[in-house]
Order: sequence, then structure tokens, then C-alpha cells
Amino acid sequence: MKLENETILEIVPTFRVQWEEVQDCYVVLYPEGMVKLSQSAGEIMKRIDGKKTIIDIINDISATFEGADVTEDVMKFLEVVYGNGWIRNK
Amino acid sequence: MATVGLETNNQSRPLWLLAELTYRCPLQCPYCSNPVEMAKYKNELSTDDWIRVMQQARKMGATQLGFSGGEPLVRKDLEVLIKEARSLGYYTNLITSGVGMDEKRILAFKEAGLDHIQISFQASNEELNNYIGGTKSFQHKYEMARLVKEYEYPMVLNIVLHRKNVDQIKDILDMTVDLNADYVELASTQYYGWSRVNIDQLLPTKEQLIHAESVAREYQEKMKDKMKIIYVIPDYFENRPKKCMNGWGNIFLTIAPDGSALPCHAAGQLPGLEFPNVRDHGIDWIWNDSPDFNKFRGTSWMQEPCKSCDEKHKDLGGCRCQAYMLTGDATNADPVCDKSPFHETLHNDVKRIDKLSGNKEFESKPLVFRNMKNSKDIMTDKKTPEIV
Repeated sequence: MKLENETILEIVPTFRVQWEEVQDCYVVLYPEGMVKLSQSAGEIMKRIDGKKTIIDIINDISATFEGADVTEDVMKFLEVVYGNGWIRNK
Repeated sequence: MATVGLETNNQSRPLWLLAELTYRCPLQCPYCSNPVEMAKYKNELSTDDWIRVMQQARKMGATQLGFSGGEPLVRKDLEVLIKEARSLGYYTNLITSGVGMDEKRILAFKEAGLDHIQISFQASNEELNNYIGGTKSFQHKYEMARLVKEYEYPMVLNIVLHRKNVDQIKDILDMTVDLNADYVELASTQYYGWSRVNIDQLLPTKEQLIHAESVAREYQEKMKDKMKIIYVIPDYFENRPKKCMNGWGNIFLTIAPDGSALPCHAAGQLPGLEFPNVRDHGIDWIWNDSPDFNKFRGTSWMQEPCKSCDEKHKDLGGCRCQAYMLTGDATNADPVCDKSPFHETLHNDVKRIDKLSGNKEFESKPLVFRNMKNSKDIMTDKKTPEIV
């Protein structure tokens, strides 16, 4: 898949992203398994909602972190998790 | 059950709660991992007990919840438990034979918020499947697996491999492709509980394993974008033990049908455990403070050759149940390890079975099927097989 700025992403329904209070991080849950997300990974994954485009997500994160340029990091991460089968085009 | 990518934590937490709701089961698989003495487990926990357990474990960080058994579908309150678990934030897994399920119930589970259904098959053809399971269940399982997919659950198919079905591995994998499985667990029989009783009939030969592994690898490659195939060889053929349960009291918490809490579903056979019960204690105490959960935690309980071994943190000495079954002392190294003085005995036993398999008389020895009658017989006659 080519991830374009205007691509709208959603979490593949067989995966679930949720905040875990006890572990103080976002996690991805799937059959009999769990992956803990780093803070930056959590910031990206929690914004994937089937409505936002990639550029929306980038702008939103950038605004949260005082205008930092996060484009490259976000794109790189999205390519990896797309490969994991966690996200897809809406 | 295999664990897909569950991350280990620095601090031990009961991340994985296995709720063995009942030991009742319509199937009689002769490799069942339930205790051989299952007939003595009466007095199943009530719905409220289970809800309390789920709440307490969730508070401690549990995220994965497996409803297992026996056959969890036997419990009439399963829908209620799923609903409660899901609202607590668990990822809910139903580990089932599919017997006792129908479309109406699959829909009810979906509405209750069930995340995933894992169905077991005993073989890829009706005759062998029904023989091993001790019931006429193949067609029904097949239909249920199809429906699981139709209702958009992630589908995990679990097939326990042993000498009687491992040569069908290609057919088995073709079946899982046909059913569009997302994950396939080719779980080689581990020799605890019932399978230890039946080891002479179930242990595969070296030749069979080499064949099975090559077929599994071929399908892993062929299906890599569509289906995740997990293939684990029986550890009796290895030279280093597995890091059993990811470490004692590290991430796994099993609750047996009667409320006994165990660090592993096979640990009921170990001597010297007190089996704290959730009717008497909270999960917090059981996990952090009970003698059982601290008994083999970490490495301080070890004796030689583990104690001074530079690999001790890698496998934590292997499996405590295996150490006990094969050496009589649960603090010994798992004999799968070639540093164990019992390793040779284990491998000689493997070789003995390898040599005899195919022999008509040896192969005709009947399987001891997993059912309450055989459980009672084994307990009363003390027919538990001599192992060491």
C-alpha cells in the first residue's frame, strides 16, 4: 500500500488498542497476545479512528508537541504497523 | 496454549488470566492437559465468584482472559461472564471444542463483546477426529469454524499433534486454509496429565517430526501474508528446556474450576503446594504473597546444574512439572536440558518409543480416554503410570 497524506486509516477490527492504567501505556491486543506501545507509538495509534487522514494525524501530533516535525517518524511507524496487519485503509 | 507475542514485563503481573470454568467436557481427548485427577474437582465456582476474580485480576493489570475448561460452553453463565469481562476491559478469548455451540450462541457471544474464538480440531478427517475426541464432532466443528469467520471473529484453529495424526499435517493445514484461519496453532502434545498416561501411543517418531516440520515451514512461507502458523516441536526432542509459562508466577494465572489458583494449569500435580483458593483469598495476596506463587519465582530456588548455569535466566530451569514427573523433585533441572543428569533417561525413553512405534502389538495398546470414569479409576486404583 502507498500511504498518502490523504489516506484515511482504521484499526483492523481483529486488533484492539486501549489504554492500560496499571502499565501506564497503550497496548495492542489480539488473540492471546499483547504488545505494549511506546509513548510515541501510543500517540499515533490512539489517533487512528477511521476518520482522520494521515496528514490530520501528523498535524494533530505536531500541535500536541509544540510544532515538532513528526512527519517522517509517523510515516515510518505506519509502514511498520501496516506490515503487522494492525491498520488498513478505510 | 501458545502465546503470540505477549511481552514479558520487568515486574511480574498476572497479565494472562486463564479461567478454567469447568472440567466437564463432551470430548475425551487422550492428551488433555487437565489433571488426571479431575474427578475430584467438584464444587465449581459460582458466577459471582468468577466476576470477583476477573475484577481483582483486572485491577492488577490482567488484559488477556481465556475462558477454558474442560469445555467452557458447558457453563450456562458463559454469556454473562463474557459481558462482564469485556466491560472490565479484558481481551476475551474463548477456547473451545465448538461442541455446545450454535449460531444463536455465537451471536449472543458477539453481542456480549467476545473478542476471539479458538476452535480445536483433533484431525483433518472425520473418522480420526471423532475417534481421538471420543465423540462425533467433526462436521459440527467445521460448521462452527465457518460461522466464527462469518461473524468476523479472528479465527484461531488449534490442532494438537501426536503420532496418530502428525502424518496428516498437510491435510490439516489445507483444512485451515480452506477455513480461512487467521492463526493456526500446531501444538505438539506436551506430556503432562492425560498425555503422559498415553505417551506410548502419542509420542511421534523422529522421522515423523522431520516430515511435519518441513511441511509446516513450507506452509508458513506460502501463507505468510494470510495466516500465521505457529509450530512447536515437542520439547522431549530438544536439548534445552522451554521457559515454561514465561517463568513461574511471572505473567500467567490459572484458576481451576473449584477456585484453586495455580501458576500453570498443570501445576496441580506438584507436591508441597497449598493451592490457595479464590474463595478464601484475594488475587493480590495469591499473586504477590502466597507461598505457592513465590515457590519457583525467579532463580533462588534452583539447585545444580541450574544454580551456576549461565543460561539460567534464559529458560529459568524449564518446566517444574516435567522436572517433578521425570526426576521426582520439582527443584531439579528440567530433564529436557542436556545438562541434567536425567537427560539421558528421558532420551532413552524417547528412543524406546521410537523403536517400538509401528510394531503391531505396541500400536494396538488402547488409549486411555479423558473422562470422569477413567479419572476415578486412576485415582482409586492408583494406576498413575510409573514414570521414573
